[in-house]
Amino acid sequence: MLVAENIGKRFSGVIALNNVSMDLPGGKVTAIIGENGAGKSTLMKILSGVYPDYEGRIIFKGQEVHFANPKEAQQLGIGIIHQELNLIPDLSIRENIFLGREIVNSWDILDKKAMQQKTQELLNKLKLNVSPDTLIRDLKVGQQQVVEIAKALLTDSEVIIMDEPTSAISDHEVEILFSIIEDLRNEGRAVVYISHKLDELFRIADRYIVLRDGQVTESGSMDEVNHDTIIKKMVGREIKTISKVHRESATGELLDIRNLSLATQNGTKKVLLDNVSLKLNSGEILGIFGLMGAGRTELLETILGLHNSSSNGVITMEGQPLKINCPQQAIKAGIVLVPEDRKKDGLVLGLDVKTNISLSTLHDIQQAGLLSKGKEMQLAEKYTASLCIKTPSPHQQVKNLSGGNQQKVVLARCLATKPKVLMLDEPTRGIDANAKNEIYKLIMELSEAGLGIIVVSSELPEILAVSDRVLVMSEGKITAEFSSSEANEDNILKAAIPKTI
Amino acid sequence: MSISKYRSTLTKFQSSIALFLLCLALSLLSDKFLTVDNGWNVLRQISVNICISVGMTLVVLTAGIDLSVGSMLALSGAIAAGLLKFGIELPDNDLYIGFTILGTIVTGILTGSALGFFNGWVITKFKVPPFVATLAMLTIARGLTMLWTKGYPISSLGNEFGYIGTGWFLGIPVLVWIAAIIIAASIILTNKTSLGRYIYAIGGNENASRLSGININKVKIIVYTIAGALAAVGGIMVTSRLDSAQPNAGMSYELDSIAAVVIGGTSLSGGRGTIMGTVLGAIIIGVLNNGLVLLDVSPFWQQVVKGFVILLAVIIDKVNSKAE
Repeated sequence: MLVAENIGKRFSGVIALNNVSMDLPGGKVTAIIGENGAGKSTLMKILSGVYPDYEGRIIFKGQEVHFANPKEAQQLGIGIIHQELNLIPDLSIRENIFLGREIVNSWDILDKKAMQQKTQELLNKLKLNVSPDTLIRDLKVGQQQVVEIAKALLTDSEVIIMDEPTSAISDHEVEILFSIIEDLRNEGRAVVYISHKLDELFRIADRYIVLRDGQVTESGSMDEVNHDTIIKKMVGREIKTISKVHRESATGELLDIRNLSLATQNGTKKVLLDNVSLKLNSGEILGIFGLMGAGRTELLETILGLHNSSSNGVITMEGQPLKINCPQQAIKAGIVLVPEDRKKDGLVLGLDVKTNISLSTLHDIQQAGLLSKGKEMQLAEKYTASLCIKTPSPHQQVKNLSGGNQQKVVLARCLATKPKVLMLDEPTRGIDANAKNEIYKLIMELSEAGLGIIVVSSELPEILAVSDRVLVMSEGKITAEFSSSEANEDNILKAAIPKTI
Repeated sequence: MSISKYRSTLTKFQSSIALFLLCLALSLLSDKFLTVDNGWNVLRQISVNICISVGMTLVVLTAGIDLSVGSMLALSGAIAAGLLKFGIELPDNDLYIGFTILGTIVTGILTGSALGFFNGWVITKFKVPPFVATLAMLTIARGLTMLWTKGYPISSLGNEFGYIGTGWFLGIPVLVWIAAIIIAASIILTNKTSLGRYIYAIGGNENASRLSGININKVKIIVYTIAGALAAVGGIMVTSRLDSAQPNAGMSYELDSIAAVVIGGTSLSGGRGTIMGTVLGAIIIGVLNNGLVLLDVSPFWQQVVKGFVILLAVIIDKVNSKAE
């Protein structure tokens, strides 16, 4: 249905895509795979009209086309769900979905009723249980991604490109999305699916195309490959997924949280956390799994002291009760958080690697009240070496690093504070398989060094791979606890699904 | 490679190059421009704007803005002048408090600091956007200045006080010394201290800074307090130079200082910029003002030209950052 011929693209001299040819037939789901930086997103942006300047030709249903902007592509029938969220926070779900293609009546006045109805239909289809009038800023990241998907489904696109559509949503929504993809395939549409989650590709894709360093290196049917061979094709060598060597490492209680509760501040009195109690031993990796809206992120944020005014509960560290009213106090007490969204909450993107690493520990690199460049470089070099952060130099701006290396910079900043408890929220979101394994390895090494680690994740394989113990959250409560030997996908999911709807 | 390197060097020094070309053009157009007297004159004129603009730079680096600097300057200057001239009389208690020159200067600067602190407190405690909070302070402080001076200038403050504004020390005007000390101190602050680092971090990403354990509110309050204090220093300088505290002193100074900050390459969305950039920006505006006067351009046209220069500076900056 859509054919790309000899596509090439450069960014200020750097070749992003080189002579890429491929064909996307209708009625099939095609997986595009490749490591971060292989050119997947660039290629999709060319196909959907975001980048009008490129070499080569695009042929759509037998005719050569050239899109000047995304709207042209959309009108011809090519829709895209972008990896980054492209939503306007202060507009409602309805307004975002219809942005630029509003339904108007014969007087050119917005037909709110029709749009409301259509939005409601889409939300029902995607089982997102919120009003179409909800502002985007009031939604969690996962819910926003569902809105992004709804946006792409609004028009009758013949080619639908999904660039990491599931990076922020939990397995429950993934199932819904997959059933929708099935429908699209059965209707004869061409679906392009990009994801780092290989398990998803095996479930949903019919064909694959491998991109490496801006070139197509291989393509074929998904039946012919398995997990290991596909990773090998992606990176050009073999990597094994790390799985945990289970051990009895827990050595004494570190953190004890009792009856932590949190209510929403905006007067609706909704309970976000309901008497959550948990214990963490030093040297232990505690995995917390929950579906969207279960209160995972809120739990970590509350422990860090971000919701001081609307929460209560008792936090004890090594037998000493803690008073945590703000992140400074948490960090002082030895609790740090690697947040879910590293670009929004983790890094100062415009500053360089060393500045980001030293940000929480400037008092350690002072000399006579002034910052010492030498000590700062030492600190940065220590962590770039020990965490294997790939950067040309500590003076590199973090925005130029890959996702995995950015994540390691956040981790370095947290570790520099010499924490006792390390909390990680979705530690491998949006980073490639290779970097993922490196992060898992780091987490395990750190726990062996005696840190208590809490890993919150919506990816079951991740939870199962790293955890010594698994807690499951649902609707702000802890609904189950499993040892690593008891935990499996079935019993975790069962505990995670909300009882009330 | 060498071309892009050449280009980035050019970008780095674009303000300096622009200033050089401006000076070159003015010295060709007017024989009065490139004289020692005129040089000192320009430097004295811009020293006040530099003081204010340094404070403004710190505020803008945190992604804020301070519209009240001109009014804070006026009130601080007027309070210093009033206390110096009249002291405080409390006839009921049969009490008179006289002020030394140092006492009035300290009180003036404390006034500015208090106003700035109030700005910071309102902005952090009640989450009032800086634009609105300092817009309110702009009229509050101006009104207080009118009340304090009853609408009349406070003049004839004596030669000793006038030394600040008109005196020379080691062959350099005192005003220029003050500006130089403030520049040096603020460069150390921004490059060498934790506070400086926090200012850049907050402007770059406030969420990440909060999660890193930075006390955002404290840093912001300090920054607005510094901006108020430096506006007060400017107020003392202006008052001493004119030997008079004018009720409408510092009117629209906030615009000149924002212009200096912007021409100096500081991003209004925070996190990016330097003190030296702002100093260059202030010098460019000062030289431009001086040159247009020397060339007998009408004050009305001067404003038009200045506006276009600001636009040009920002457009060049945008084009450059796109090329990167």
